[in-house]
Amino acid sequence: MHQRSRFDSVREFIVEKTVLLSGLASIVFVLLIFVFLLKEGLRTFGIVSLEDFLLGRKWYPISSPPKFGILPLIGGTLAVTVGATLLSVPFGIASAFYIAEVAGPRMKEMLKTGIELLAAIPSVVIGFLGMVIVAPFIGDLFDLPTGQTALSGAVMLSLMAMPTIVSIAEDAITAIPGKYREAALALGATRWEYICRIAVRAAAPGIVAAVMLGIGRVIGETMAVMMITGNSAQIPHSLLQPVRTMTATIAAEMGETVPGGDHYAALFAIGLVLFVITFFVNLVADVFLHKDRGTVQ
Amino acid sequence: MTSRSKEKIAFAILTLTTILVTMPVILIVATIVKQGIGAINIEFLTTFPRNGMREGGIYPAIFGTLCLVAGAVVFAVPLGVGAAIYLNEYAGENLLTRLIRLAIINLAGVPSVVYGLFGMGLFVIFLNFGASILAGSLTLAVMNLPVIITASKEALSAVPQPFREVSLSLGASRWQTVRHIVLPNAVPGILTGIILEVSRAAGETAPILFTVAAFYLPGLPSSVFNQVMALPMHLFAISTQIPNISLETRYGTALVLLGLVFLVNSFAIVMRAILRRRRKW
Repeated sequence: MHQRSRFDSVREFIVEKTVLLSGLASIVFVLLIFVFLLKEGLRTFGIVSLEDFLLGRKWYPISSPPKFGILPLIGGTLAVTVGATLLSVPFGIASAFYIAEVAGPRMKEMLKTGIELLAAIPSVVIGFLGMVIVAPFIGDLFDLPTGQTALSGAVMLSLMAMPTIVSIAEDAITAIPGKYREAALALGATRWEYICRIAVRAAAPGIVAAVMLGIGRVIGETMAVMMITGNSAQIPHSLLQPVRTMTATIAAEMGETVPGGDHYAALFAIGLVLFVITFFVNLVADVFLHKDRGTVQ
Repeated sequence: MTSRSKEKIAFAILTLTTILVTMPVILIVATIVKQGIGAINIEFLTTFPRNGMREGGIYPAIFGTLCLVAGAVVFAVPLGVGAAIYLNEYAGENLLTRLIRLAIINLAGVPSVVYGLFGMGLFVIFLNFGASILAGSLTLAVMNLPVIITASKEALSAVPQPFREVSLSLGASRWQTVRHIVLPNAVPGILTGIILEVSRAAGETAPILFTVAAFYLPGLPSSVFNQVMALPMHLFAISTQIPNISLETRYGTALVLLGLVFLVNSFAIVMRAILRRRRKW
């Protein structure tokens, strides 16, 4: 056996530190994102107070003097998110149960591939289809002047949240220990009774996490909402109105701003708000995801 | 009603719901193929747009997307695989590991447009790369880091523990074990992760809006400090900014983008299927 040389131990040391650094990179990037949002965005609060920024009802960034109230944008995001969640959660969770508990192995494989492909469709393609097909359809259906509404956005975004919800909920259901199922069936329960009395409870934390991550996905979605929801920064009173979300505002207006200017800073401040929201959504989802699985009272 | 018939009804409803959920995929693909296939020809794929992008092809956009994807892979793969090796082979269960994991989850959840802001702030302005291939690829790389780390980590942890024990007991060092025993067995899984990154990077629009993508350029880029056109950006531009473009051209562009993404994705799916069948342990 060859003796380990000095060279070897130096190499071991270098490799270990290199992989450690790559591991630390994720932390560095999260911090960098936060720092740069602060660096460019914090100036906004010298122009408007935090309260006027978050609760101001007027977003007129290029009038003089400009008004930077993002309540209409928060309202837009909220309308689209609530709509998309209401659509995607029941369907997504039902499909997750079907895939995990009912479908045969071949069917399961096919459905999972389908869901994966749905997840792979670029958001700009979803936006394009929403624009040329779904929005006109909704406009006709409800006899609206324009079909570019919060509802059109919610319909398309529910498709984008679906893969997240289905795959994570399905994982949680599959992870339930087999003995629960065996015990239930041995006691004479049908598979359906097992699903709605036991599996739903045992998988509950994972299902909550799936819903949270789906919501996170919808809040952050940009291109599709920008193309479908009509881009009008007003506080929505119904889902049948055009809205503008926080993400779409950043994407649509950044091109017209002067780097370092007030409008530019305000858009970074919106980014900061989004970052904080998605941070908490993901944190909560993660807590649920790592709760002890399979504890049934 | 007996519980058996209740079950039948419930399962019928579940089946129906699932069909409703998966139907859109088929509808979306069918619509885009049907409406877009007419636009696809050699000229469309290999020439520049003409007449204010209303005629001609989308070659520079395809080229630009390939540049961005290549750049994103070059930056993200070493870092992502390195991080996965650290987490799976070196790290202990401690606070630092938990923090890294939290950071990865967070990176995965940051909205794409916020990555755009970050890329603009750091790469375009602070590091003075300007709107360029370099800035865009770096932004996409950071955004896709979690995909690569998660897939690689999963591939590494699927390599059975005894493999490592045997190697270490024969006197191999930690790195020798990782390099010669663990990594070769994890390569297919890691490749799957890289392929998924490619497909995601190719379809993203928001992160490249302010970091690289150009509305229209008359020529191809000559260095990584140039701007490029990109497919998703091009689809966005011709859908929303330019009036009087034939629907077929738009659908054709959507078809090329979707085709590219699905082609790459099906590589990953096929590879994973082969991998599952071949696994000997």
